[in-house]
Amino acid sequence: MAATVSSERDDVVPPIQRALREGLYAGAIALGLFVLFIGLRTDQNISNELILVQRWLLLALVVVATAVGRFVYVGYAQPAMERAKAEKAKAPAVVAEPGFVRRNFNKIGIVVLLLYPIAMVLAFGFQGSLKWVDNFGIQILIYVMLAWGLNIVVGLAGLLDLGYVAFYAVGAYAYALLGTHFGLSFWILLPAAGCMAAFWGVMLGFPVLRLRGDYLAIVTLAFGEIIRLVIINWREVTNGSAGISGIPKVSFFGLMSFNVSDPNYIAKVLHIAQSGAYYKIFLYYLILALCFLTAFVTIRLRRLPVGRAWEALREDEIACRSLGINTTTTKLTAFATGAMFGGFAGSFFAARQGFVSPESFVFLESAIILAIVVLGGMGSLGGIAVAALVMIGGTEILRELGFLKVVFGPDFTPELYRMLLFGMAMVIVMLWKPRGFVGSREPTAFLKERRAVSGSFTKEGHG
Amino acid sequence: MNVQASQSDFILQVEHLSMKFGGLVAIGDLSFQARRGEITALIGPNGAGKTTVFNCITGFYKPTEGMITLNKRDGSTYLLERLPNHEIPARANVARTFQNIRLFSGMTLLENLLVAQHNKLMKASGYTFLGLFGFPSYRQASAESIELARHWLEKAGLVDRADDPAGDLPYGAQRRLEIARAMCTGPELLCLDEPAAGLNPRESAALNELLMDIKNSTSILLIEHDMSVVMQISDHVVVLEYGRKISDGSPQTVRTDPRVIAAYLGVDDEEVQEVLVEVGDEDVIEQLDTGPDSAHGPGNSASMLAGPVSDTVEHADEGERVTVSKGASKAAQVDARSASIASKPQPAAKPAAKSSTAKAAPKKPAAKADNASKGTEAAAKPASGKRGGDK
Ligand SMILES: Nc1ncnc2c1ncn2[C@@H]1O[C@H](COP(=O)(O)OP(=O)(O)OP(=O)(O)O)[C@@H](O)[C@H]1O
Ligand SMILES: [Mg+2]
Repeated sequence: MAATVSSERDDVVPPIQRALREGLYAGAIALGLFVLFIGLRTDQNISNELILVQRWLLLALVVVATAVGRFVYVGYAQPAMERAKAEKAKAPAVVAEPGFVRRNFNKIGIVVLLLYPIAMVLAFGFQGSLKWVDNFGIQILIYVMLAWGLNIVVGLAGLLDLGYVAFYAVGAYAYALLGTHFGLSFWILLPAAGCMAAFWGVMLGFPVLRLRGDYLAIVTLAFGEIIRLVIINWREVTNGSAGISGIPKVSFFGLMSFNVSDPNYIAKVLHIAQSGAYYKIFLYYLILALCFLTAFVTIRLRRLPVGRAWEALREDEIACRSLGINTTTTKLTAFATGAMFGGFAGSFFAARQGFVSPESFVFLESAIILAIVVLGGMGSLGGIAVAALVMIGGTEILRELGFLKVVFGPDFTPELYRMLLFGMAMVIVMLWKPRGFVGSREPTAFLKERRAVSGSFTKEGHG
Repeated sequence: MNVQASQSDFILQVEHLSMKFGGLVAIGDLSFQARRGEITALIGPNGAGKTTVFNCITGFYKPTEGMITLNKRDGSTYLLERLPNHEIPARANVARTFQNIRLFSGMTLLENLLVAQHNKLMKASGYTFLGLFGFPSYRQASAESIELARHWLEKAGLVDRADDPAGDLPYGAQRRLEIARAMCTGPELLCLDEPAAGLNPRESAALNELLMDIKNSTSILLIEHDMSVVMQISDHVVVLEYGRKISDGSPQTVRTDPRVIAAYLGVDDEEVQEVLVEVGDEDVIEQLDTGPDSAHGPGNSASMLAGPVSDTVEHADEGERVTVSKGASKAAQVDARSASIASKPQPAAKPAAKSSTAKAAPKKPAAKADNASKGTEAAAKPASGKRGGDK
């Protein structure tokens, strides 16, 4: 709480005494603030009368928590932080050697991702692992892929795109429609959906080429909404807001299927017990492969002239033109490449759900994907993956917090606080690391040694 | 385009170029040439329109009128005002730097120079597709491009910092890096907008050396306020004031030109008026007040207010100018005074006097112009005081 006292007096008072005092102040202010917010609550009883519910215990808990928190912060955390700072200032010469985990972050990450479903199956059994592989693994990886795709447009080329979910929708509907009407296989439709999304990326790119910054953001936002409204209203084709169901499952490259009724059902072919977990584990590895493809292409492209031109475009468009770079095609390729990965993710999403409807492609999705890119650090694949893990994993884990009902009463549903926590996490990360988890940039070429470029030099781009 | 044999040693020909921003005439009927293998300097007071000329040459502005011809070494000719912006560096091989440095500050020095080789590398990478699958042809081109980058980093004295972000460099090094980056595009004409602005004497000397080195392979068009740089390294100087050319010639002739001195030193308006009133030449005063006289002979159509280029070509030598505002152009005032003296015995001689003033040192009239010519060195001072003042 904001119990600030003039600092001159503070110096003479011993810290514990000061902490005690500030803790009391904070408690008093919390009491004053929350007595009406938390202590009293208006409600309706059975006969629709307005009644006053009193929650003194909860109020006391909050006030005590505030006071104790302030006491601990002022009395112990603050002096500790100051001591740490002073120590750091004393020994500045030693450059911290990055730890083992930090150095081998990517390798460790890949190994963990590859072993994750196996570990889950071993820990929880086939049936128990379903939730962990599907709700956590696949869900997070879809967002990782989407964020990596958007990263090409926003993080590398510096073009602020608020309508990215449109390409996700195009990919999903491309697979849903072609798959249900023509019975084409996922393996044909995946590249087709990517191409379709890339085509729409170029379509969007053309009119917005001359726009920058806020204007670009608004037009891309409108584009996202247009696609969604078309899907809702073009009932003959898309079945409107009822959505499309019965989307065919992905087959194991045509060799094995995951439909129990099929003759080549995986359990029959391999002579193992029936389980729905096989399909989820297969999907997990499929989306993991798609993620690796996205990362591989992004890393390769960054070292090719087109990727360097994207980053140069983010840094200074006018200088790019003075060097003979065609900024029009450069922007269009960025839009198209980003959209293509969105399309891939979309068709995977349709295959996984078996059902698509316009509900899945609202603006909030675009905002979440963009938030992940910004939180992770624009341009950095590792940072973005961590941001997706924290954001999507964090909100998913709220579903697992049933035990909180004991504390907050039986009608407490932690899922409802998803967006609140999401927003709070964003504010905290942005205060703590204004350039995201990974603020520095890996150079794409080097003469003598590869040194990361500090985030304070890179620009965010303005269009 | 009829390129005569004698013209082919001009790398750049600017003919009747004018550029208007709404009512503001930033460049009015400017013609000059730059010779191959020379350093041509473009000088003039602040706001004279030098950067605007560069922007027209490099395609950032489409000129309102006029023709900009570039003759490449292999004999091909480009009309720069018709090429799209990015094709001027790519096809006509004209590179430029900016008055307010424009580096890719978050990229390393090496990356800056690699971006400059974009078009070459793009072809080598099979427009990304071959490069994506790691074909060896791209790997070789990539190694070559790094070698070229190293070459220019060495020339600019920056090779030790190749892996640092460009934004981390000191100012003078950023200027040199921008030149190195421009050179990595493999230009035939290099346009430098105030490369010495904000440099200390040592850095300035290093820059001169770099430019003299570049000159061996590439023609240079140079905007510069620092007279010591201009006088030392340029072979040919064009002086602008209020968008008009007021002088054109070797550094020696330009530095003694009273119109240039007046433009740089700034003759007081009141003093000019006084002299004119003393002389009693009502004609001249009237002309100063009202700008160009519409009933004033054939030369009038050479003003950019008149029609298409073909009209103005015939009158190009007349030296007719439009006064920007009352008494604004110092060079025009010097002109006017010399005209008034010449016209005293016989008013009809006025146009002749005017067209000759550019070279006519003996005709410089009043004592003030003499004072001014004594202080040629001083001419650099007011300008250098403004150095580093980016727009
Ligand atoms: N895009 C533009 N729109 C409107 N006016 C412009 C534009 N660009 C330049 N001008 C005007 O044209 C005139 C010439 O400007 P310019 O930048 O070419 O001068 P300069 O000779 O480069 O001056 P300096 O020595 O200060 O760099 C100025 O009056 C300027 O305000
Ligand atoms: Mg300028």
